[in-house]
Amino acid sequence: MDFEDSPEEAQFRAEARAWLEGHAKPKIKREASDPLDERSDPAAMKRAREWQKIKADKGYARITWPKGMGGIGGTPMQAIIFGQEESKFDVPAGSAFAIGLGMCIPTVMAYCNDAVKARYVKPAVEGAEIWCQLFSEPAGGSDVAALKTRAVKDGDTWTINGSKIWTTGAQFSDYGLLLTRTDPNVPKHKGLTMFYLSMKQPGVDVRPIKQASGASGFNEIFFTDVKIPDSQRVGEVGQGWQVALTTLMHERLAVGGGQGGGLDVAQLMQLARTLELEDGPAIKNAAVREKIADWYVRSAGLKYTTLRTMTALSRGQQPGPEASIAKIVVASKLQDISAFAMELEGEAGVATGEDAPMHGAFQMGWLSAPGLRIAGGTDEILRNIIAERVLGLPQDVRVDKDVPFNKVPAGK
Amino acid sequence: MNFDFSEEQKQIKDQARKFLSEKCSTKTVRALYNGAGGSDAALWRQIAEMGWMGTAIPEEFGGLGLGYLELCVVAEELGRALAPVPFSSTVYLFAEALIAAGSDEQKKRLLPKVASGELIGTFARAEGPGAVLPKTIRATLKGGKLSGTKTAVTDGMEADFAVVLARGSDDAGERGLQLALVDLKAKGVERRAIGSLDPSRPAADIAFEGANAEALGKLGEGWQNAERVLQHAAVLTAFEQVGGADVCLAMAKDYAMQRYAFGRPIASFQAIKHKLADMYVNNELARSNAYYGAWALSTGARELPLAAAAARVSATQAFDYAAKENIQTHGGIGFTWEADCHFYYKRSRQLGLALGPQRAWKDKLVGELERSNA
Ligand SMILES: Cc1cc2nc3c(=O)[nH]c(=O)nc-3n(C[C@H](O)[C@H](O)[C@H](O)COP(=O)(O)OP(=O)(O)OC[C@H]3O[C@@H](n4cnc5c(N)ncnc54)[C@H](O)[C@@H]3O)c2cc1C
Repeated sequence: MDFEDSPEEAQFRAEARAWLEGHAKPKIKREASDPLDERSDPAAMKRAREWQKIKADKGYARITWPKGMGGIGGTPMQAIIFGQEESKFDVPAGSAFAIGLGMCIPTVMAYCNDAVKARYVKPAVEGAEIWCQLFSEPAGGSDVAALKTRAVKDGDTWTINGSKIWTTGAQFSDYGLLLTRTDPNVPKHKGLTMFYLSMKQPGVDVRPIKQASGASGFNEIFFTDVKIPDSQRVGEVGQGWQVALTTLMHERLAVGGGQGGGLDVAQLMQLARTLELEDGPAIKNAAVREKIADWYVRSAGLKYTTLRTMTALSRGQQPGPEASIAKIVVASKLQDISAFAMELEGEAGVATGEDAPMHGAFQMGWLSAPGLRIAGGTDEILRNIIAERVLGLPQDVRVDKDVPFNKVPAGK
Repeated sequence: MNFDFSEEQKQIKDQARKFLSEKCSTKTVRALYNGAGGSDAALWRQIAEMGWMGTAIPEEFGGLGLGYLELCVVAEELGRALAPVPFSSTVYLFAEALIAAGSDEQKKRLLPKVASGELIGTFARAEGPGAVLPKTIRATLKGGKLSGTKTAVTDGMEADFAVVLARGSDDAGERGLQLALVDLKAKGVERRAIGSLDPSRPAADIAFEGANAEALGKLGEGWQNAERVLQHAAVLTAFEQVGGADVCLAMAKDYAMQRYAFGRPIASFQAIKHKLADMYVNNELARSNAYYGAWALSTGARELPLAAAAARVSATQAFDYAAKENIQTHGGIGFTWEADCHFYYKRSRQLGLALGPQRAWKDKLVGELERSNA
């Protein structure tokens, strides 16, 4: 048992580091930038695209992808190693590309022909084109297969009508992966078909939604008689659910680790060191210490769970189901730590931004946490997934199973 | 990255599981619950024949000289099986105290007997309810004589020897403390069996009245030595706790799949599914923390105090949750003496208290974080 690289891993790490040293400056401040800023700030976006292109040319943009497609056909472990080394350098986070490269393009690569791949993979991996995921609708998020956006075929052309919601980054996107209903007369999972489309084409209306946190990360999209050719279909007609599962599998891997805005026990301790409570310094208060320890063991547990997952990858094995627990732990921990920190701040905790202690980090964490508990599968859906797929417990009783979609009960 | 046990270590674990599933079912535990309580002497002898007590004891002192990682995998299996034997007292505490603080002569004299299973040992610290602090230790070691009382000493009735935290000088603080090694069959030792939350892990109050005892380690280092021993024991015990917690999850799952209510298996109700999913999350986090503790223990890393505290807190929380929610998942049958659920409920608390409560470990954990960030 150790944390050492294998000889091949060590060699790859050295190569990656040498390359990074030649192309970037070491990070001085270890502060995460707000990912939304990157997208809405043209100068930051330009830097992010440039860095993406440099990495793609070298094959370090998506290490596990084939050569010529931004990768080197490398192992998942090499991708992790590169990520670790890259995080030590002052380079753009590239969060604008995460959904496209993490979910949409892998789906395109799995289902589309070579001509489509040749057209779309490279621009995406080089940061020239941004993709978004058009799945959730007012009618269905957790139950995404309940979506209603219609695609109707006439000759070789499909006409799209309907709306999507909660689409992250749609306002900055060039293309979208679109899940539609093509047959409402069959049970809901059987009447779906996947497409991709240009977000800039006539009939696509993108309206940013202001979030509870005040930012506008996601959008509402309206489709009015949008025409797309049959060649933009991803997978067979009626096979949309299987295609979507490919995307969602990638989503879970992408959303899983590392989120939480960098707020954790270390920041809580930093705050507790500076505050006085009724009985003395907050850091010496027994109740504060118990809470810190509770959250520390969850953070540490997650960190070492990740190392166990990496060990499996390093040995060329499939990671075990333990990889599925990350988001449940991270999202509620962020919410709880933030709320507790504000408790310690007391009356002054109502302040935000520069007026609040530690530049309002906890207020910001607390405001964004509800979104993290919902996005990419809610806490409840993730517990269902662990219960059913990891522990093998039965599915919920389903009232919509063999019923044609247009006969399934729906609320208002 | 190689953050896992090796194939050889996993083999040891598999063998241990096979052995214990043959020799130690919950019937073994139940027999003690229905009788006078205590340990299963026959099982202890069989475990001794397997050489498990000597797993981490160096060969020069009669052990197998394997290492702590091998001991961790054995511990997990003992925890799964609820093995009613004085293994933790003898191996994680008594032997570790000798290894940490003993002289060469003391090790040569006693460790081979631990390794062979001839000697049962224990470790005595608390003198009453509440926190154990340097100032609460009143037992004295003076001129080779030990006086004072220790309470709720696990395996105190069966043990042949004990390591006792005592005061070796008039200094009332930490500097006055020293570990003492005492033969519990000697004159001046009065033992009284006390009721134990977990009858298969018995406890005793022990009174010393000028009993012959020898110093174990230096005067002034008693507290630190005890802390070190507790850190070692915390990591090893965390594996027992993780083992127990995993069994609770498996029991809850099996029962939920076969028990029907409202025309469907209770395992299809979300309240049950989410409970079991939470158990799974807790158990995985605890396992990962225990692995890190095992790494720190086996390499003597300076992160050990933090790693041990985290392993301890995480495993205690996981086992507590799994044990109580296993009963809840079983409904009324889970609350009966007949069902096995209460064995785990009681063992989870026994293990959670015997090395000191969560509160104390959390305080140590944060102290380590303060030091490492300072
Ligand atoms: C910040 C953010 C970014 C997002 N980005 C995107 C994106 O880019 N693309 C995209 O397609 N979608 C996106 N989403 C949508 C997200 O996937 C959905 O919001 C999510 O799946 C929940 O769906 P819903 O909002 O319809 O809530 P609902 O499904 O209506 O859920 C409401 C409540 O009911 C509970 N619930 C529902 N079903 C069950 C069940 N079976 N068992 C137990 N409880 C249940 C939920 O857990 C929740 O508490 C984003 C969401 C957020 C918050």
